[in-house]
Amino acid sequence: MYHYTDFDGAFLKERNAQFRAQVERRIDGSLTEDEFKPLRLMNGLYLQLHAYMLRVAIPYGTLNGRQMTRLADIADKWDKGYGHFTTRQNIQYNWPELRDVPDMLDALAEVNMHAIQTSGNTIRNVTADHFAGAAADEVADPRPIAELIRQWSTDHPEFQFLPRKFKVAVTGSENDRAVIKAHDIGIQIVARDGVIGYKIIIGGGLGRTPMIGKVLHDFLPQEDLLPYLEAIVSVYNLLGRRDNKYKARIKITVHENGIEDIRARVDERFALIKPLFTGIDQQTLARIEADFAAPDFKTASEAPYHHARQHDPLFRSWSDTNLAKHKAPGYAIVSISIKAHGKTPGDATSYQMRLMASLAKRYGHDELRISHEQNVILPHVHKEDLPAVYAALKAAGLGTANIGLISDIIACPGMDYCALATARSIPIAQDIATRFDELKLEHDVGPLKIKISGCINACGHHHVGHIGILGLDRAGVENYQITLGGDGTQDATIGERAGPGFSADEIIPAVERLVLAYLNLRAEPAETFLQTYTRLGLAPFKSALYPETQTATAA
Amino acid sequence: MTQLINDTGFVPEDWTHGFCAQGAANDCLALDLPSDADPAAIDLAEGLQMIRIDFPSSADGRGFTIARALRLRGFTGRLRAHGAVIADQYAMARRAGFDEVEVTDEIAARQPADQWLARANWQENDYQSRLRG
Repeated sequence: MYHYTDFDGAFLKERNAQFRAQVERRIDGSLTEDEFKPLRLMNGLYLQLHAYMLRVAIPYGTLNGRQMTRLADIADKWDKGYGHFTTRQNIQYNWPELRDVPDMLDALAEVNMHAIQTSGNTIRNVTADHFAGAAADEVADPRPIAELIRQWSTDHPEFQFLPRKFKVAVTGSENDRAVIKAHDIGIQIVARDGVIGYKIIIGGGLGRTPMIGKVLHDFLPQEDLLPYLEAIVSVYNLLGRRDNKYKARIKITVHENGIEDIRARVDERFALIKPLFTGIDQQTLARIEADFAAPDFKTASEAPYHHARQHDPLFRSWSDTNLAKHKAPGYAIVSISIKAHGKTPGDATSYQMRLMASLAKRYGHDELRISHEQNVILPHVHKEDLPAVYAALKAAGLGTANIGLISDIIACPGMDYCALATARSIPIAQDIATRFDELKLEHDVGPLKIKISGCINACGHHHVGHIGILGLDRAGVENYQITLGGDGTQDATIGERAGPGFSADEIIPAVERLVLAYLNLRAEPAETFLQTYTRLGLAPFKSALYPETQTATAA
Repeated sequence: MTQLINDTGFVPEDWTHGFCAQGAANDCLALDLPSDADPAAIDLAEGLQMIRIDFPSSADGRGFTIARALRLRGFTGRLRAHGAVIADQYAMARRAGFDEVEVTDEIAARQPADQWLARANWQENDYQSRLRG
């Protein structure tokens, strides 16, 4: 993992002192509310429906046991004993008091963590594949360049007051687990004839105008990364619209000006910027890469794992869904589900956080990850230790065997917390999970991604859900629209709207009809919901969703 | 009225030649630019000694990129940020290539010199200088 330098430490200390002073200067009137707002946002502090919310960065989703323990301590001391993991590899505290926030930031800095640029019109926390450094299918670990980009974007003097927020994601694998095509900039590490380069995708995004990103450069040389990113964001800073916040994201800039025009502008700017980078950033990158060297993997017997699979059906079920292939022999990647049926997706208690931290220390080379799907990952666990890990997780309510299944739902905070929301999302997620748990169909249904947003801003990524649910307000009544066929992977696709929305009472039965229809329609059990949808299209699913309409038409 | 600010704090205005808008005669000594100016289209005539870039709101960050772009094009004259700039942006302004900041008296009254001097250490704690070399 990245080792903080003296510079990083001094920077955080100074930054936190500045924020402490900004809070005081807001109170004494030196700063107006309008002036203070972007300053608190670029330090992670939101004002929500009921209280302030502090969004803490977990850069590229990577943290160690000590850091996870500190997140638990903060939840206990300054919040209500829990935290919420988000789709951008952050953790949110929903109930801090403004006066406590500078102390919370100092407590984070003690373990090299911060809330910088987790909000506001800045370059946000850089996200990465949550299986980075462990996945069997990656070309290179994406975290070193994610860290390099973190350093470059942190307090970047040009880019603290952009037209709108700006999100960057990095993957080192063709199998995209970081949703790079739905980011302002998506970066894929690629190898060509043994040489590493970067595919640069821009202009993706969800929100009220969902767009799939377009390729700006198909093979950017390594040493050009930072000047090229700087050229992109510089062009956007001047060209991005500031007259309408709904048209201010770079996806609209790209859409309105065309990718060719943007490329020409970026190339022109890049030519001017590139000479200023002497190459010292590549030395920094080399040091960062050394920090991310793989841990010393052990050699041990896999017998306990096979024994448990044979004799413990619960362990077997869990290991079927919650493990992924690791690059090291004998190892597995463990996904800990933060989606227990009926609980709030992404919420973990301080007790659970401490338990996960201790498991990481004892069995996982002291590494944890937060996934954009709001789960926690132990990236390096030897199969020998899996039975013990599972037993400990299960005892803490963390043993749910549902990764990638229907109850592994992404849901935004919705009207339970968010000031922008037009409908509730968490209770819908809870009800769907509870219902399919009752039906005992979840494992038969197989891989199925449901994503729920409580407003058009699409924080729940509903556009890329196999089943997407968007909660709206129709004359004071919650109304849920369904989209189908969305996909957030390398085959990124925006889902298609199925038809009129459903009330809060109708939405769960509607989802149930969809899933039962899929079970009837699939060519074979191995054909997933998304594959069946791709093969057959909207029509048969629409009939299942709106049976009355079907009868009326037939008559 | 306005207040001029540099690394030494509040300083008296020392520019006495006035400003002209874009498209004025070639003998313009100091150019005033709006926040939507295209830095690539500015005529950097030899006699041009100063460029002043407007910040209509402290949330409008275009001026930082305009300043950087003018420096990239080789402008070595005096570069001034003007308008709704706050003390918290002083380090950004200096790092982006500005020499000084000129703010409204209203801002100067709310944010006295010590709040600006607190950011005069803009060369410290700067990730950019570590990555560019």
